[in-house]
Amino acid sequence: MTVTTDSVRSALEVDKVESHLHPAGSFEVADHEAPTGREEIWRFTPLKRLKGLHADAEFMRSATSCTWNTPAGVRIEGVSGDEARSLRGISGLVPNTRWAARVLAEVPSSLLIDVPADTEVAEPIVVDLDGEDVSVTEAGHVAMRFGAHSKAIVVLNHTGSSTIAAVVEIAVGDGADVSVVSIQDWADDAVHLSHHQARVGRDATYKHAAISFGGDVVRMDANVTYDGPGGSAELLGLYFADAGQHIEHRIFADHNAPRTKSHAVYKGALQGEKAHTVWVGNVLIRKVAEGIETYEENRNLVLTDGCQADSIPNLEIETGEIEGAGHASATARFDDEQLFYLQSRGISEQEAQRLVVHGFFNDLIRQVGVPSIEDRLMKTVEAELAKNVLREDAS
Amino acid sequence: MSKLEINDLRVSVDTEDGPKEILKGVTLTINDGETHAIMGPNGSGKSTLAYSIAGHPKYTITGGTVTLDGDDVLAMTVDERARAGLFLAMQYPVEVPGVSVSNFLRTAKTAIDGEAPKLRTWVKDVNGVLEQLNLDPTFASRSVNEGFSGGEKKRHEIAQLELLDPKVAVLDETDSGLDIDALKIVSEGVNRFKADGDKGVLLITHYTRILRYIKPDFVHVFVDGRVAEEGGPELADQLESEGYDKYVKAAAAS
Repeated sequence: MTVTTDSVRSALEVDKVESHLHPAGSFEVADHEAPTGREEIWRFTPLKRLKGLHADAEFMRSATSCTWNTPAGVRIEGVSGDEARSLRGISGLVPNTRWAARVLAEVPSSLLIDVPADTEVAEPIVVDLDGEDVSVTEAGHVAMRFGAHSKAIVVLNHTGSSTIAAVVEIAVGDGADVSVVSIQDWADDAVHLSHHQARVGRDATYKHAAISFGGDVVRMDANVTYDGPGGSAELLGLYFADAGQHIEHRIFADHNAPRTKSHAVYKGALQGEKAHTVWVGNVLIRKVAEGIETYEENRNLVLTDGCQADSIPNLEIETGEIEGAGHASATARFDDEQLFYLQSRGISEQEAQRLVVHGFFNDLIRQVGVPSIEDRLMKTVEAELAKNVLREDAS
Repeated sequence: MSKLEINDLRVSVDTEDGPKEILKGVTLTINDGETHAIMGPNGSGKSTLAYSIAGHPKYTITGGTVTLDGDDVLAMTVDERARAGLFLAMQYPVEVPGVSVSNFLRTAKTAIDGEAPKLRTWVKDVNGVLEQLNLDPTFASRSVNEGFSGGEKKRHEIAQLELLDPKVAVLDETDSGLDIDALKIVSEGVNRFKADGDKGVLLITHYTRILRYIKPDFVHVFVDGRVAEEGGPELADQLESEGYDKYVKAAAAS
């Protein structure tokens, strides 16, 4: 569906409705209640499986190893004390959850990725986070600072078993060109609660890609605000949920500046009993945000019985003076006509299904735009398919 | 050797009002090297015949037989039929987003032949066929049928016909929606396929236009799920001047 400016104008005539897109944030932990699960922003999340990360679990000494490469011209290191404190909120984040407020207040150190102004880093900065003990509840803060007109790609690569709450703050300087890719390739038992908050500078380009395959519960909020007109954000997501997994992605593009753009595409596949995915696409067009353009899309491919895909686009518009705003959401099984077409060319049903799933993800994988991980993502999709679609005894 | 025999084929589809019989006993034999044209008005069941032969799940076979060189086609899955040597050029080819034409063609060729085609000759073959059908080489990197014009879709179907080289081709209104240039290009492709040897062609069409470029050996007039009249190429000329009216009226009267 595309919202034309006409229909936007008529929508503006209704009275102001209750919205969860204007939370009163606070850095004070005491200002936030622990969620009960009835709140709009928590209603899909299985709180019982979060091991208290959302409430008052102790943030213990980390059992997740953290290693990275350091391309020339870039500073990457763990910092603590005053420097760590000075990095809290560099993305403009004012926590609207107890857990995020706790992370900012209680975690003693931050991982700082500092790319100075005018620095172009060709090689991706890869941070490997490998969990070793799922019984350790822990938290982390990552601060990425990209100077004006810098250019860089950062990959956060999560593997192993962790129970971790993470706040990732991303400050994108004016005119910078930045990609942040977060891969959740956890072991089956991992619990990962994360909030990625980006502030996109004037005329800057920001791409965020969330890729979730593993873990027992993975919930990520990927939010964007703008620090001036002309900024552009592309929010991409790819997820594949197996039996029993809960994978939840929420995005929030807060158009708080004129002539900004946001474009979100999330695609997911589900297979196996009680595989559950959630996508909530929030877009807010504030009164000041004239001439903006936004489009968000979520597509889910349900491969077996017993799965549940929730998909909720949510667009809130305070000005009709915009270039365009639209959204699309679709959840479907295999398309019989596609399978018939492929099979009528001699291709077996399994191979046809495999082609369709690869095709479903291909465009998105290319859009991530990091050649070194494209191949890996293709292989991971293949490995996921082997669990059901391509299984020898699959009918 | 290729012989497609359709004997008293009866087919129904499920509708809101229950099953509806579309094909009411179709008998037709296509021998080695023969081209048969099936002509008929809209809704006569021409496309149902094509899709039933290919095995589309929407259609239920309620009676009759279809054999290819004596093998029971109706007992085969859709992909088995293709591997046995049947090909259906569709009226409305389906989009498969994210799957490139080259990947699709190679996967299909591998499935049909039971082994991957030799890389060097295959690339040459694909480019040759695309060129003859006036399709740009970049065509191979586009997603299957996605964003194709009507003409591109039909030429892509014929490219598959030539590359997969089946025994019997069923062409379902391949001519519809084509301008005269595209019609010639597509017809030349079909004629190249025919010239290849003992191929059977079942050409389903609403118009006589394509028969100027692809010469049929036999023409069957299809009305209300049955063959109402059979003859040689001269029957097409008669239809050109008289239309289907007399057959439609006769069917309605019976």
